Amino acid sequence: MTTKSLTSLEQTAFNVREHIVRMSGNGGCFIGASLSCVDLIVYLYSNFLHLNKDNLNDPDRDILLLSKGHDVPALYGTFAELGIIEKKRLNNHLQTNDYIYWHPNRKIPGVEFHSGSLGHLLSVAIGIALDAKLRRQTHRVVVITGDGELDEGSNWEALLVAAAYKLDNLLIICDRNEFQANIETERLIPLEPLTNKFEAFGCPAVEIDGHDFNAMRDVFAETPFTKSGPSVVIARTIRGKGLPSIEARADRWFCNFTDHEVQELLKELTGEHKAKLTSETLTVR
Amino acid sequence: MMTYEDKLYEIAKDNDAYIVMTAENRAFIRKMPELLGERFIDTGITEQTLVGAAAGLALRGRRPVLHALATFLTMRAFEFIRTDVGIPGLPVKLVGAFPGVLSEANGPTHQAIEDISLMRGIPNMGVFCPADLEDLVIGLESILESERPFYIRYPNLPANYQHSNNFSIGSAETCSEGDDITILTYGALFTQAFEAAQALQKKGLSVQLLNLRTLKPLDDSAVLDSFQKTKLTVTVEDHFQIGGLYSILAELLLKNKLSGNVLPIAFDERWFKPALLKDVLEYEKITAEHLANRIKSAYEKLT
Repeated sequence: MTTKSLTSLEQTAFNVREHIVRMSGNGGCFIGASLSCVDLIVYLYSNFLHLNKDNLNDPDRDILLLSKGHDVPALYGTFAELGIIEKKRLNNHLQTNDYIYWHPNRKIPGVEFHSGSLGHLLSVAIGIALDAKLRRQTHRVVVITGDGELDEGSNWEALLVAAAYKLDNLLIICDRNEFQANIETERLIPLEPLTNKFEAFGCPAVEIDGHDFNAMRDVFAETPFTKSGPSVVIARTIRGKGLPSIEARADRWFCNFTDHEVQELLKELTGEHKAKLTSETLTVR
Repeated sequence: MMTYEDKLYEIAKDNDAYIVMTAENRAFIRKMPELLGERFIDTGITEQTLVGAAAGLALRGRRPVLHALATFLTMRAFEFIRTDVGIPGLPVKLVGAFPGVLSEANGPTHQAIEDISLMRGIPNMGVFCPADLEDLVIGLESILESERPFYIRYPNLPANYQHSNNFSIGSAETCSEGDDITILTYGALFTQAFEAAQALQKKGLSVQLLNLRTLKPLDDSAVLDSFQKTKLTVTVEDHFQIGGLYSILAELLLKNKLSGNVLPIAFDERWFKPALLKDVLEYEKITAEHLANRIKSAYEKLT
């Protein structure tokens, strides 16, 4: 880990967003949910986790798991920027000669476990955290969950177990972009007050702005919040962050843009002008 | 003969890879918390978290042995087994308690009689259905040491037969040899099938009885050899007729372009009558005596 400056983090996150936009054409990807957690993933890999391309097989490395696997373009984009995979490998998105598709695959260096079915990786993380405790190792296990994903009951039984076993080496980060697939969480199955819910399960929770690197620095430095259970960070984010034309829009869930639209969106990222989007992107997946 | 728990402890005690886990079903592992200390993990009544956490442990090189009621383990947590254990092929061992008729009077909620169908449908998942506790103890080390995930149907029954210690995954145990009738069986009905075979032999019929032990991988050649030399093959199982041994046999025969006389004894599109074991067996006509009569009657119709 080399601690990156604010400017450097911002540049890396920008580059990752470009990768994500490129992956949203030619078959598409879950662009909105990927853009909401870019800043978190970039920060965690750059300045928090003791992880780099040379220690990916170290048994005592820190572990990050993406429980909402459909945001994997953010992970792969970050891997490309940090040299964990080659940038040109991202061109293999959805190609049968590689393993880069809509959900994570362990054959890609840096991916600790596959996901896609929601509500699984908190349980898997508990197993990894228990193993670390048994080996008296102090490395961290981080799980990024979605917010809509929290509808799944398995998360809540896992929280009970994590607190029961006092897994203070487990950090749960909720990408609180306020959307589940095609609808706002609070309009369908409201989660608020979410902080109270986690705390009632024995897991102290803190809310931050999930796009503010300074806030991340301050809050992650405070982890673990307790010795008696996992820590939870609820990162308030915007689905589609960085692209005003798709930000916080229920209909921009899975997008498969035309080549022209991808070019327009790349310009929109720079603030040049807002993209005009016309293609039918209401793909339900 | 050692108990299951003693054998499990013998295998696990000096090998830190083994983690004994349960979703608060400690019936067969009561001494484990004390014996294994931190390597015993009880997640409470949480089959999904049990399986997910086992996957995480296995990912780190551990070898978790899970205990839960067969129904809730294989059905409530099915997608966790399939997704977190099955897809990566992790060596997690799933011990299903009170499967098949052994759920006795609990009723359909607790009747795991589609468990084999579900587990064998997962790529690389092995299925071990020992006949009784002795058969379980004989095979346990091979199954636990195997690198693949395994579902173990826990047979909480004493043995009425001296099983062969010669165990290997994918090998059936031939309990009697004969030329007229083949009986294929596994698990809790082995005891009845064995006594039925003896009764049939007393009546002059020559019966080949195979205790299949692992249904996946199956001992294809033992099954095919016996099928081909006898006039009638009977599958005896406490499972739905769809997806269990009868289906496994049908798949094997079709693959080998074979057909013949097969009598399936299983639960056909229904759950069984909840009652104490001996009454279940009687009501469902799967006691040794009933089996012998049903098999003899089917055989006589052929000749």
